[in-house]
Amino acid sequence: MALSGLEIYKLLPKTNCKECGQPTCLAFAMKLAQKQAELSNCPYVSEESKAKLAAASAPPIRLVTVGTGERKLEVGNETVLFRHEKTFFHPPGLFIRLKDTQPLSEFEATLEQIKSYVVERVGIKMQVSGVAIENASGDPATFAQYVAAARTKTDQPLLLMASNPAAMAAGLEKAADAAPLIYAATAENWKEMAALAAKSKAPLAVRADGDLSALAALTEQIKGAGVEDLIVDPGVRDTHGSLVALTQLRRLALRSNFRPLGYPIITFPGEQAESVGEETVRAAEHIAKYAGIIVLEHFDPAIIYPLLTLRQNIYTDPQKPIQVSPGLYEVNGPKPDSPLLVTTNFSLTYFSVAGEVEGSGKPTWLLIVDSEGMSVLTGWAAGKFDAAKIAKSVQQFNVPAKVGHKKIVIPGLVAGLSGELEEELPGWEIRVGPREAIDIPAYLKTWQ
Amino acid sequence: MPTAVEIPKEKWTGKVREVKLGATAAEGGTRQKVVTVGGESTLPFLTFEGSIPHPPAVALEVQDRYPADWSAVLRDFWGDALRDPAAWAKKAEESGADIIALKLLSAHPEGDNTDAAHAVATVKAVLGASGLPLIVYGPGQAEKDNEVLVAAAEAAKGERIALGNCEDKNYRTTVAAALAHGHLVVAKTPIDVNLSKQLNILITDMRLDAERILVDPTTGALGYGLEYTYSVMERLRLAALTGDSMTQQPMICTVGEEAWRAKESKVNTGVPAAWGDWSKRSGNWEAITASTLIQAGADIVVLRHPDSVKLVKKTIASLMAQ
Repeated sequence: MALSGLEIYKLLPKTNCKECGQPTCLAFAMKLAQKQAELSNCPYVSEESKAKLAAASAPPIRLVTVGTGERKLEVGNETVLFRHEKTFFHPPGLFIRLKDTQPLSEFEATLEQIKSYVVERVGIKMQVSGVAIENASGDPATFAQYVAAARTKTDQPLLLMASNPAAMAAGLEKAADAAPLIYAATAENWKEMAALAAKSKAPLAVRADGDLSALAALTEQIKGAGVEDLIVDPGVRDTHGSLVALTQLRRLALRSNFRPLGYPIITFPGEQAESVGEETVRAAEHIAKYAGIIVLEHFDPAIIYPLLTLRQNIYTDPQKPIQVSPGLYEVNGPKPDSPLLVTTNFSLTYFSVAGEVEGSGKPTWLLIVDSEGMSVLTGWAAGKFDAAKIAKSVQQFNVPAKVGHKKIVIPGLVAGLSGELEEELPGWEIRVGPREAIDIPAYLKTWQ
Repeated sequence: MPTAVEIPKEKWTGKVREVKLGATAAEGGTRQKVVTVGGESTLPFLTFEGSIPHPPAVALEVQDRYPADWSAVLRDFWGDALRDPAAWAKKAEESGADIIALKLLSAHPEGDNTDAAHAVATVKAVLGASGLPLIVYGPGQAEKDNEVLVAAAEAAKGERIALGNCEDKNYRTTVAAALAHGHLVVAKTPIDVNLSKQLNILITDMRLDAERILVDPTTGALGYGLEYTYSVMERLRLAALTGDSMTQQPMICTVGEEAWRAKESKVNTGVPAAWGDWSKRSGNWEAITASTLIQAGADIVVLRHPDSVKLVKKTIASLMAQ
């Protein structure tokens, strides 16, 4: 929890030496509280005070990294319970569970599919985060063989699942320097698992079923053994229980600043699910409510794509809608006599419209107005997408220099703007296009 | 060393109003079932600190004209029932819906422009075909809304139906019709806490009990503004629980209409292979939109596909399980 200026002041030398650049220690303390100064600017602060201040400024939910390289996953470091309070920062990683009892060829084929899966939405590429490999065979050598196969096939983060420390050790040997997530330390095996995590510099999942006190006690013991990059599993699997447990964990970390449970959370929505549908909906719950890593039992694009879309929605910064740059865009190589459409720079609007225009094959000019990232209707209601703005964009982006006619197509949803726009753009013909992007190809076919 | 964990609990001071939809014979109507929603004294399903007395309800949408614009996935499923609102409503009830949401779209002036008498006949036919509580929507054009909603309200006197949408532009007529015939209204505002409060104030100023108002915060589908609806609903519910009276209405979300308008649900030609199987994908689109908004506090979700009804009802049952 952040300290107040006065609390920080108590930890400073109180000599008012001014070497930090502030007139007094109190002024420096206030700057520190507002995060406008760095503690390192004070040459005389004691080591003890430094430690206290560092502990107080540590994030309430630890940032944990799984995997290495470009596809590594960072989770945690969240600061709010509700996205409207600020934003959610680190989208949960979606993992797919595979087992070392599957035929190796099938295992490798699925790995390949997962690795190459990519889907684009509003200009952002979305992917599955990684693969969980379970030691279902119980045999350390088999586990090692499958982990080795995965390491040669993919650079995605791995999650190694084995309750037997000997099997985990065998698997980790094949994933050296890959920082896989070790799943899981329990009351029975935590010493061995913590030693393995320390040795391989890998993050460690900690599981205690149905009892947050037991889970907290376990993370404290493991932290005492020197392993701090932890992910917690409260071991609750049902829909209601997991919502409650995940909410309580988030509140403990943020409201109570309870360090022993201030870690990202891992969930398994498909365990104890009666159907794939139930698994899917439960995974959606975990995306909205507080999971850091979600392990799915099925790799199916018809499930993954909606879940990745939900993740993108929930983790969009409410203060900053995803936007594209305003300007005059060329789609399909337009000529001076090609149609001119206008819409907003809200990225969903842009990509929906641009996607349809592109799909139509029709050369088209697309004028994107700076609506401050608002959609057509919202922008219109807020005065960010009106006749004056559209007219201004026509001039600003020098439309007449490229487009040889004076016909502009406005979105059907703002048909009411026609009159005003005629006044703002004298000599132009204002045409009303479709209300939905999906109807644009048909509209363009009839455009003359 | 035992580590004592004290679960932080919120002490909420307010709760959501209970709103009852439908009236049985004993109550002056003819409904076989009535549905009560609302009454929550905590955030969705956090029963360790408050109560969730009623599960969210699931409505199925029925229209009074053939929905030629619907996704083939939906049209194939419903078949000929789509040509007859009474048959459609009957099938919706059999599919597990708690409520029928009837849209009188044929009254739209740019469509068939059907009249009040047609609306009355449709409402009576649907009331006769299904024993579920009813929500009746006008075509969404202010003048025709007024015409058909007033007629529908009179035709359904005593049934305690909900009239929608009651918006800034037409609330007087809709509220008057609800007052005259003992119904509820669906107060719809565009994704904004203050606009929602303001409309509720206007409605209650006309002396309609707050126990007769459902609010529709405007739904954005998964991938199409879901996060805006989600956050406005979370803010409305937090305001309700902290005692802000005019935010304490149960919330209704038109999930099916929005989710099935998404390109992902509507079409399957020229879409990326990474989108997956069309039928499964579109079902997930509707179910995830619904379940996510239920997490944000939705009390009624209006759906279009019976398979989504099954999955969403199953989810609700799991969320209500202690």
